[in-house]
Amino acid sequence: MKFGVIVFPGSNCDHDCYHVVKHVFKQEADYVWHKSTSLEGFDCVILPGGFSYGDYLRTGAIASSSPVMNEVVSFAKGGGLVLGICNGFQILTEAGLLPGVLMRNKGLKFICSRTSLKVENAASRFTKAYKKGQVVDIPIAHADGNYYASADDIKLLEDSGRVAFRYSTPEGAVIDAANPNGSVNNIAGILNEAGNVLGMMPHPERACEGELGPIDGKGVFESVIGAVLK
Amino acid sequence: MKAKIYVTLKKGVLDPQGRAVMGALKSMDFNEVKDVRVGKYMELELSGASKEEEEKRLREMCEKLLANTVVENYRIEIE
Repeated sequence: MKFGVIVFPGSNCDHDCYHVVKHVFKQEADYVWHKSTSLEGFDCVILPGGFSYGDYLRTGAIASSSPVMNEVVSFAKGGGLVLGICNGFQILTEAGLLPGVLMRNKGLKFICSRTSLKVENAASRFTKAYKKGQVVDIPIAHADGNYYASADDIKLLEDSGRVAFRYSTPEGAVIDAANPNGSVNNIAGILNEAGNVLGMMPHPERACEGELGPIDGKGVFESVIGAVLK
Repeated sequence: MKAKIYVTLKKGVLDPQGRAVMGALKSMDFNEVKDVRVGKYMELELSGASKEEEEKRLREMCEKLLANTVVENYRIEIE
């Protein structure tokens, strides 16, 4: 299968994503410059982490109006798989592909740390390789990861099982003490209604090689590859 | 034509920056401060001819880019 990694001015996790899908998972991959107007040939498009446009105005706001985003929206509407990680998640909310917004962390600080996540939905094309309720070790690195949405949107997400990951203790308890950034209901990642778009603040691409630490992020890519190749 | 745009956080949305500013003001003995909300202020130079038309377009700019209406309100002033 073929991954496309979108590159915005200020993306800085694009090479990590490319490396993981290409060299760890041995799949085809290409970078896609933000001015590109075609996503032909890709099975999954990744919006990587970083500081697109220097986070000016709001995180992800300016990138969401980049030329390639029209293509990403049509690609998603056509059923293509879209994975937004960190700044990529912020861009997906600003582009309207996912509900809500990522606000400044409750403690105001940039947090770079390993976190425990509880897998809430293990049926999606991004999470099938996990078990429901499993706790995984995937790091975060962000200043604006405080997920907020209207009460109606949160209810809709919760009722339809669209919360993919929640910050938890290593034992799987979803409590305030395990919430690094103030996100509503400890939300760390959500799916769109059709289940073909995932946005998550933690970085699965940074948890794929034993030499570098935890490898629990592999499940996200294994799930996508499994879903496309099946 | 010149437009001023004020973007502010909606009521009920937590403002950690405002909290931090309030904490700093209190530590400087400005104890009368009860709450602080931090927002954005923008100035736009416009070439539009009609105020009515420009107001409509400014609202569109706010809805599409300048404010995130999930958590922010905006106010437009045209000079």
